[in-house]
Formats: sequence, structure tokens, C-alpha cells
Amino acid sequence: MKLVSKSKEREGNRLAQHASGDKRFKILEVFMKKFQFRQDALIEMLHKAQELFGFLDEDLLFFISFHLKLPPSRVYGVATFYHFFTLKPQGRHTCVVCLGTACYVKGADRVMSSLEASLGIKAGETTPDKNISLLTARCIGACGIAPAVVFDGSVVPRTTPEAALLKTKQWLEP
Amino acid sequence: MILSELHQIWEKAIQTRKKIVLRCCLAAGCLSSNGKGVFESLQNAVRQSGLEKEVEVRGVGCMRLCCEGPLVSVDQEGVEDCLHVRVAPEDANLIIGFIRSGKPLAKRFDTGIPFFQMQMPVVLSNCGIIDPERIESYIAAEGYYALHEALHEMTPGEVVSMMVRSGLRGRGGAGFSTGLKWDTVAKSPSTIKFVICNADEGDPGAFMDRSVLESDPHRVLEGMSIAAYAVGASQGFIYVRAEYPLAIARLQLAIKQSKQMGLLGSGIFDSQFCFNIEIRIGAGAFVCGEETALMASVEGKRGTPRPRPPFPAESGLWGHPTLINNVETFANVVPICRRGADWFASIGTLKSKGTKVFALAGKIKNTGLIEVPMGMTLRAIVEDMGGGAPNGGRIKAVQTGGPSGGCIPVDHLDTPVDYDSLFQLGSIMGSGGMIVMDEATNMVEIARYFMEFCMDESCGKCIPCRAGTVQMHRLLDRIVRGQATAAHLARLEELCEMVKNTSLCGLGQTAPNPTLSTLRFFRKEYESLLQADPFARNPAGCNIAEHAVS
Repeated sequence: MKLVSKSKEREGNRLAQHASGDKRFKILEVFMKKFQFRQDALIEMLHKAQELFGFLDEDLLFFISFHLKLPPSRVYGVATFYHFFTLKPQGRHTCVVCLGTACYVKGADRVMSSLEASLGIKAGETTPDKNISLLTARCIGACGIAPAVVFDGSVVPRTTPEAALLKTKQWLEP
Repeated sequence: MILSELHQIWEKAIQTRKKIVLRCCLAAGCLSSNGKGVFESLQNAVRQSGLEKEVEVRGVGCMRLCCEGPLVSVDQEGVEDCLHVRVAPEDANLIIGFIRSGKPLAKRFDTGIPFFQMQMPVVLSNCGIIDPERIESYIAAEGYYALHEALHEMTPGEVVSMMVRSGLRGRGGAGFSTGLKWDTVAKSPSTIKFVICNADEGDPGAFMDRSVLESDPHRVLEGMSIAAYAVGASQGFIYVRAEYPLAIARLQLAIKQSKQMGLLGSGIFDSQFCFNIEIRIGAGAFVCGEETALMASVEGKRGTPRPRPPFPAESGLWGHPTLINNVETFANVVPICRRGADWFASIGTLKSKGTKVFALAGKIKNTGLIEVPMGMTLRAIVEDMGGGAPNGGRIKAVQTGGPSGGCIPVDHLDTPVDYDSLFQLGSIMGSGGMIVMDEATNMVEIARYFMEFCMDESCGKCIPCRAGTVQMHRLLDRIVRGQATAAHLARLEELCEMVKNTSLCGLGQTAPNPTLSTLRFFRKEYESLLQADPFARNPAGCNIAEHAVS
């Protein structure tokens, strides 16, 4: 962990700044302050951190544990317990296939396997060129329009394997 | 805020109501089919045609028939409501033309079908009617009057006894009496108490809570406030899934509006009652739907359950008495307050009162949200309301209760839907997801699918669930791949019983349910996949006596 205190007086106020000088750490710190550095808001902090950085790396987890005065083991434990948090960087585009029961019954597994075959990666992985991450969701609650796939945050209803492949092909084009 | 102010808002909303209302569905389902584009182009079309004084374009919550979205309903005074389906932004001018000429669009949908006619909206009474992003719209539907009534005309004890009399049972799945739960928390001597709304709708195939939160968030806030008054709590939490970004945004907005109007905070309606609500966002752990795991998650820890007792009602969040109810349970509180416990108790069956919201999905014609009185048969729901399997297929089974429930075969469709009847069939009511499967569905694969889900979602705290789900999944996988023998099936059944009886929390205790129920009703499918055991002492067709002689 790389933390340097701006000045000694400030160190007492827990306003240590991150060595990288990355603005996002400052934003995260302000967010933590809004919650009065409450330890029970750890999951909220991790959400915010992931929203800012895209994923949670070790340095970031140390940063949070330092500010919330929590042991790093506890922060790491929580970050790895929940499926929503990822400790690996994601690709530029994300493709989330819902594998809830309704989507599964309506053929989401076929969508998934055709995507896996065409991208050459398994669910939960990112293409080597860091372009596309293929993820699964347990259920996004869009069962009425199953099978649903989330392309870069927007839900596409009644997806067929062909439609999904077309969409990812568009991403591959420069 | 005092009653007269509330009344002023109500009166103003009634007076400024326009003659024609275009209700445009802006819930997650329709939004994904470009509902937002339809909404905006309708607004533009109204502005351009100069109908602003007569026509209101209102973004509303779920209008039930998700499979046909985006939905737009035209409400004119004196004319029957007209529902348009699969509306594209280009259709906006056609809809304006319809308002002017009365000539209906080709895409209008007959609302006379059983899907709409057999519904009984209690929880969903505002769903698809009011604008979820405006508190005035909720007040116009007589919102927050129930809270005023509870605070000024009833003692907390009276509110609790009203809930007991109503016979409402928890809508999260287990069906525990809501009144008794409230009573336990209310009687606890502690000065610090909490109210939690469980909106961690983890069951795949269920979207009732999402729809309620997206369509009528104030209803849930008001229900929670009444509950807090009844049990003596001053802090509430809503634990909602991160997978529901729209529900979170609308809840945040609703809380902000309520605070501004003084309907949350201190001295609500000029009384001594103070109540605040905070949102806690889940992070994708199915086990957090279990109440003790949920509380651990609210405290910012890993979502692992703990043994009960002590129950949360005695010792919950940070050791204080805590009332945990599901979204739909809280949404039932307001109608009970407004219309009385006896009215509520008159709906439904002897032991299951009121209505239940179900999410119909899977291989069925009309997918979407329905609310029906308890005790309606599965057949009425699936065949009459749902319209049966699409493309002339035949229904094979109905799955209720998600990974904790079971599959009900087609010959048991005449079962009334209530807590006890479904339990007898080896399934559970669950939170209300109902997934229809047709003849093409392989039931063993479905059992494996659910077991894989439970295996992934097991928190790892107790061994029966952690190791048992892995072993059961392996056995099921073997059966599906045709590499299992009768001995494997026997081992699977043995494991199911063991995990069911020895797991710590609901996840493990109910994880074998899908397997057990498919084994009960579709055993033949399992057996057809089995192989003869090559190592058996007595292989089929081989006589031991002959062996001995030779």
C-alpha cells in the first residue's frame, strides 16, 4: 500500500492522500466521509470503488480498509464473498447473459454457448485483447422478456444466439 | 406536513387532472424495448399537436403484460381504456390520431382477456397507474393517508392487533404470520429497534418486488413507516439487489421526496413519531435473502447466516430487535389500514389471506405480472390467464419457489395456490416466481440447473450445504450425462434428505427441493437415463446360482 500523508497535522484527520495522485481516490474518500467512515457501510464503499475504477485491485482494498479502520482481511473477505465485485480488470465492453430460470428455459444456454464459441472464452473471462468480457447473471428480473442479455448496461430482450453474435461482432470492428 | 397540507396536494392533483391520460410503461421490462423512446416521442407529439391542455403523458410503472412491451394505455373519460402493445416511437402520431378520431390502432390489445379480467389488484393497485417518480401522483391515489390514520387514530398496539386480525402472512416465502412477528418486536423492551425491508429478490424467475419498487416505491415506504410506528422503531433499511438499478434510483428519489415533505424524518404528521430509511445495496449473493445473512450484509459483513433462535425479532441488527419483512408484505400494509383487517381477511382461503403477486414466465403465451386472490387454482393461472404454452405446445410442469421450490406436474394443476397446498406437493409458494415448462424441457437438467445455482450460492458456512450441494450436483451431472447407475440415484436421494435435515439456514434446507420434487413426479425421466451397474453382484439377467455352479 502506498500512502503518504500530505502533512503531519492532516494525518490525524485520516486525510492521507493516495500516492498515485489519482483523482478517483479523492472522490472515493469524499464518499466515505459522507458516510462518516462508518464500518457498516463497507459494501457501499466497495460499490462506489468499483463504479469508479471498474474493478477492485489490492491497492484499492487497502485504501478502503485504511480509511474505515477495518482489517484488510475483512475487506478482502467481503469483496470476494459477493459475486458483484470483481478483482480482475474488465474488458472495454461487457456482455452479461442472464441465466435465470426463465431465460434458461427459453434458451439462454444456447446464447451463452454460441458466444463462448465465437469469442473463444468461457463465462467470467475477458478476451486476451481486453475488448469483451463475457459474464453471467443469476437473474436480472427481466423474465417477461426472456432470454435477456445486457450489452454494456442496456438490456436487450428476446435475444437469439444470432442476434448476440451480431452485437459482439459490431464491438470487434474498429 | 399536516393533514390539511396533504389534502391540498390531493385536491390540486384531482383538479388539474387532464381529460386524457396516456400511460406509458417505464418499468425495466418495457424500458429495455425502448419504452423511454416511446415516452419521449409521445410527449413531443402531444406538444406539437397542441393537445397539452387535454392530454397528459404519464410515465408509469409495470402494466403487467411484459411480453408485449412497450405498452401504452389511452385513458379517456367515458371511454374504455385502450391498451396498445409493442408501440414504437414512430407510432406516437398514430396514437394522437386515435385520440382525435377514435379510430383504434392495429396494435391495440383486448383487455377483456382473462389475463387482465381475473386479476385482483391490492398490492398492485397503483402499479401502472401512478407516476412512481412523483410523490404528488402517489398522494393523488390517497397515499400517506393510511400513515396519518395510524399515527393519529390508532395506538401502536391497535396497529399490531389489526395486522394479526388481517391474517397476513409473510410474502417472502416461508409464510410466517406478519402480525405475530410485529407483536414480538413490539413487545420487546429494547429502546432501539430496526425495521428492514427485504428487497433482495434473488430467486431466478421472480420479478414481483422489482416491479413494486419500480412502480410504487412510496407504498413500500409508507408500509415501513406504519410498521415502525407499530413496533417502536426509528430507523429502517431497505436491502435491495444491485441488479435492480432502476428500483434503487426510484427508491432514492422517493426517500428524498418524502423527506422534503416531512413524511420521513422527525415529527411526522405533527406527532412524536420519527423515522428514517436508508438504502443498502446488495452485491449479488442469493443467501442474503435469508434474514440473518441479510442482517450481516447490512452490517457490512460477509452475508453468512447464523443459527436461530435468537430470532431477529428478539436480537437482530447489531443485537437489537429487528422486524424484517418482504417488499410485498409491506405493500399490503397500506390497503389493510385503509380498508380494514376484516376486508383483507375476507379475501383468499381459510389459512392464506389476501392476494398474491406472481411473475409468470417461461414457456407461456402471456408473460408478466399478475395478482390473484389466494386459493385460485394453478390451472386458472397458467391456462386461463397465461394462455397456455405458446405455438400449440403442451405444458409439462410449473416451477414455483425458485431454487427452494419444486416442480408441479401438469396433472396437479388443479391445486389451489396457497401456502399449505403447495407445501404438500413438495414445493413452496416462495416469493412468487412461476415458471412454466413445456414438453421439450428435460426435468433432470432443470434439477441440475437449480443444484448448480445452490452450489454456487452456498455461503460455505455449514458443511452439509457447502459439501452436500457439490456432491449432489456431481451426481445429477452424472445422471444427465448418462453415466450413472441406480446406486448413484439412491445415493442422491440419501444426500438430499441429509442436506435438507442438517443444513443451517433456508438455503441448504431447501436446496434439495427441486431434485426431490422432480424425483417424486418425474422419476421415470431419471430412470431412463440410468445405466446397468457393471460392478453389481447380481447384474440384470444373470443368475447367481448358475454362476456358482459353473
